[in-house]
Amino acid sequence: MASLRDIKSRITSTKKTKQITKAMQMVSAAKLNRAEMNAKSFVPYMEKIQDVVASIATGSSGASHPMLESRDVKKTGYVVITSDRGLAGAYNSSVLRHVYRTINERHSSKDEYAIIVVGKVGLSFFKKRDMPVVESIVGLADQPSFADIKDIASRTVKMFEDGAFDELYMYYNHYVSAIQQDLTEKKLLPLTDIETGESKSLASYEYEPSEEEILEVLLPQYAESLIYGALLDAKAAEHASRMTAMRSATDNADDLIGSLTLSYNRARQAAITQELTEIVSGAAALE
Amino acid sequence: MNTLEVSVVTPDGPVYQGEAELVSVKAQSGELGILPGHIPLVAPLTINAVRFKNGADTHVLAVSGGFVEVRPKQVTILAESAENPSEIDVERARAAKERAEQRLNQAKQDNVDFRRAELALKRAVNRLDLAKK
Repeated sequence: MASLRDIKSRITSTKKTKQITKAMQMVSAAKLNRAEMNAKSFVPYMEKIQDVVASIATGSSGASHPMLESRDVKKTGYVVITSDRGLAGAYNSSVLRHVYRTINERHSSKDEYAIIVVGKVGLSFFKKRDMPVVESIVGLADQPSFADIKDIASRTVKMFEDGAFDELYMYYNHYVSAIQQDLTEKKLLPLTDIETGESKSLASYEYEPSEEEILEVLLPQYAESLIYGALLDAKAAEHASRMTAMRSATDNADDLIGSLTLSYNRARQAAITQELTEIVSGAAALE
Repeated sequence: MNTLEVSVVTPDGPVYQGEAELVSVKAQSGELGILPGHIPLVAPLTINAVRFKNGADTHVLAVSGGFVEVRPKQVTILAESAENPSEIDVERARAAKERAEQRLNQAKQDNVDFRRAELALKRAVNRLDLAKK
């Protein structure tokens, strides 16, 4: 049996860990709140832009744009969104594992794909496995603003336009609720399946100066906002996942402290009993 | 008097919502005044000021990057950023302007950096113009 002192020091250190996990849980809860709000305030923009894109793309005039047409796939781009820091439960590993498996299934050579990664965890994962990372962004704020990611989003969209990839997929954790985050795969480009927000009759617009020129401006903006939307979603999922992980860590620490205290008390009592027996038997020997 | 329902939406959330009798924007093809009952229209905007006129009041916003969607009773502006004149950080805009000017002097024409600096300069000047009013 471990000595009293050993048990005591284990209890103290577990208590300290618990304090940390508890604090992290509360911080994540606060961040989750804000991330949720950000994701919500982005919704009206997304809906609007989707409406307009849908009404132009599905319009009768048959305007076309390279971003709307599928072409032969020679190279595929993957946008993978992970976090910068760990301690978020299965948040990063579930995304990375899935992407890794998918890539290995689909591609036999490194020339067939390229990865754009958000977050330190993902970056080091792909670097370690020597996979081609063409763009990366790390150290993103917990509440990213559109300006923070505009650069990488527009470069990504540009790469598609220039023909660096022929299709683009996006992987991230979708925030469902504080305890549920779903891994999501989304085909970003080409924009073949544009959902119309609601089935309300789409207005037929006049275009100024012309439909093609509008698409020229609108589609990249749409694709960028899809990336930004996914990022906000993923951030909310990250905080939720970290919060849940930290909550269960705190609960585990409580359990551990309980059982350690129990064995501490037992050991203490055993020591007292032993002392008593020694005294009694010592006295008996004198008689 | 008829009015238009106006809303200005950015990725960071709605910036302005209200009513206006006249909306004046600067599209890529030129200045555009929109009155109620306008035919549905979509037009990309330049980096510039947008004005909403309602009676004697005029509300101005600095808008960069985006487009305007017009319906007979509704005008929506979707922009990458939009600010009320009172929210503009003059110091920051001035610094951005100087930075952009420096970069323009250094960079060669027709290069990506040059175009980006040009856009940055436009945004800064637009913000400064509005903040002064």
